[in-house]
Amino acid sequence: MAYKNYILVCAGTACESNKGKALYEALQKEIAAAGVEAEAQLVKTGCFGFCEQGPIVKILPDESFYVKVGPKDAHEIIAEHIVKGRKVERLLYKEDKPESDPRSSDISFYRKQLRIVLRNCAVINPEIIDEYIARDGYAALEKALFEMTPDEVVKEVTDSGLRGRGGAGFPTGRKWQFTKNTPADQKYIVCNADEGDPGAYMDRSVLEGDPHSVLEAMTIAGYTVGANCGFIYIRAEYPLAIERLNTAMAQARDYGLLGDKILGTDFSFDIEIRLGAGAFVCGEETALLASIEGNRGMPVPRPPFPAVKGLWGKPTVINNVETYANIPVILLKGSKWFSSIGTETSKGTKVFALTGKINNSGLIEVPMGTTLRDIIYDIGGGIAGGKEFKAAQTGGPSGGCITAAFLDTPIDYESLQSIGSMMGSGGMIVMDEDDCMIDVTKFYLEFTVDESCGKCAPCRIGGRTCYNILDRISKGQGVPEDLQKLKDIGHAMRKASLCGLGQTAPNPFMSTMKYFEEEYRAHIEDKKCPAGKCKQMLTYTIDPEKCVGCTACARRCPVSCISGEVKKLHVIDQSKCIKCGQCYAACKFDAVKKV
Amino acid sequence: MSKNKLPAELINFINEWKDKQGNLIMVLHQVQEHYGYIPREIAFEVAELLNVPVAKIYGVITFYHLFKLTKPGRNRIAVCMGTACYLKGGEDILLDLERQLGVGLNAVTPDGEFSMEAVRCIGCCGLAPVLTVNGEVFGSVKVAQLKKILDQARGK
Repeated sequence: MAYKNYILVCAGTACESNKGKALYEALQKEIAAAGVEAEAQLVKTGCFGFCEQGPIVKILPDESFYVKVGPKDAHEIIAEHIVKGRKVERLLYKEDKPESDPRSSDISFYRKQLRIVLRNCAVINPEIIDEYIARDGYAALEKALFEMTPDEVVKEVTDSGLRGRGGAGFPTGRKWQFTKNTPADQKYIVCNADEGDPGAYMDRSVLEGDPHSVLEAMTIAGYTVGANCGFIYIRAEYPLAIERLNTAMAQARDYGLLGDKILGTDFSFDIEIRLGAGAFVCGEETALLASIEGNRGMPVPRPPFPAVKGLWGKPTVINNVETYANIPVILLKGSKWFSSIGTETSKGTKVFALTGKINNSGLIEVPMGTTLRDIIYDIGGGIAGGKEFKAAQTGGPSGGCITAAFLDTPIDYESLQSIGSMMGSGGMIVMDEDDCMIDVTKFYLEFTVDESCGKCAPCRIGGRTCYNILDRISKGQGVPEDLQKLKDIGHAMRKASLCGLGQTAPNPFMSTMKYFEEEYRAHIEDKKCPAGKCKQMLTYTIDPEKCVGCTACARRCPVSCISGEVKKLHVIDQSKCIKCGQCYAACKFDAVKKV
Repeated sequence: MSKNKLPAELINFINEWKDKQGNLIMVLHQVQEHYGYIPREIAFEVAELLNVPVAKIYGVITFYHLFKLTKPGRNRIAVCMGTACYLKGGEDILLDLERQLGVGLNAVTPDGEFSMEAVRCIGCCGLAPVLTVNGEVFGSVKVAQLKKILDQARGK
């Protein structure tokens, strides 16, 4: 019998970290207490993407969208909504517009999105294979095995125009073709789930919310190129994704969709999980393969490409999670349909982790060619706190900044590259007027310097030297020649580094120097940080006119450098001040100034 | 070298993985899960069981951030330094914790109670800035809350 209501509860990492688990259990208990087990089914789903508002509960069929739900709200949701059919108004997501309609598909956050990769996230329970199958899961594998030759699969993937979603954007069909055409006794399929870009979690959400889509795609890839063994290389920091993958693989084996003689054919294919151990460079394909082999994850020069000589020297297909998640849909709906979405050179959709100083932080999926303005202002709801947009950073430590002048550029691989950034894996970090571009650039460079494997000199020495220069600039010790020096070293690193990490490491400073040169000059020539972020150039003082002597600042100061009695003027001892800014945050009278 | 320091479950795990290619990292993960770090004498035993040089094991351990050579504190604090958390004040949290604990990153407090590390993106960017204490996630953390969070962990 069909249920009258379905209660979908987000079980993605962000919501689970935010008492989502207790919420699920509370709802379970309330359903039993109200005796409505036969009417309402509770479903644990993957990420809804709207992480800013989590934990999220969505009730079908009326698409009521409850946000910021806590375990204590469970009783009201069941007693009111499920039993009496009355929506719990106070928990419904509301937009600032008067005509606001609470159906989830009408929310601006979702309206401009197109969910292909995330088609099942927040729809099915990722721990139950039947729910995936009910949404055409494994139908693409069946189609490939029984109706298509490997060549036809390659052609379909090639015609679709799908390009690698890990960052570089290499055409997926061609990758498969190379591996297929290389004769070998053993070939491998590898899934890159070593999502290292800090501030990005697209792949994790797919694996947590729809693990079977990746397993199905890898199996199809295995059939296509003639491989019987696959590896998923995943960050050890993703325990929930690993657990769901293990559950999914066990279920797929039970159903004959993985393992020996899949669906009764002569084709056998199985997948193993290999854990990463916290090394960003392992996102580079040759370094990743070295790590699967149990070694230090250091890259080797290409060619030969892994498609020809990969894991243990055998031809290997490596794609990232999001790329794989597109494959089943492409086979089922056809390359024509897929290539109708997107721009001339970039087909389909892209998932972004939209974070930073934005109102609706979360995971979004938009057609290629969507503009940054649509993403930031329509989907993202604009800049938090009514501040001014300064830049959006894409591509993580390998990418660059997009300024307000380019808000209307349709986003695809080529357009982003032409404005000095890159698609990257999908991190999109929004910055406002309070963010200092030198500070952010230094942050990224510190990351790449730390993650450099040290094998080649341009990356190892160049990165460190540039970091030192930026560090000096941020401390007010920069000299005018520094800018040219950064450019020169940056060019050398781009040309001479062994792998993508070193070649792209200069991107953050190359792009910010281009678009925010005056900010660099202010640091170097005026010894000022216009955004007020670089601590060494800041001085906190107390305005005698405004200080009422409330002692709030002195009580908060961690190094006790503020003196003054109750109702009398307070003074900061500059020699002891560590510039932590806590007095600035504590003052309710706007008396603490930072200059 | 004294024998049989390894508990049976680890020996079983190693035997299960022994003949698989590329087993070293998986084995080291298991060892670290058991001890919280990779003790030196255990590394020697693993080397013998897997028949690889200790130098190779040391090379792998020191290459990857996740593997530790020293024992962490009773309470393990991880401050997220992903980009979103950094922009929203992750560094201030880190600095204040260092001040309160009196030790820097990747060190253990003298009483063995706390150790702290900076980690890359926990994946809850919507909750930034984020820190975890023994795996429990604290989101939208403010510097003023930190003392309470530490006291709570100490009391457990």
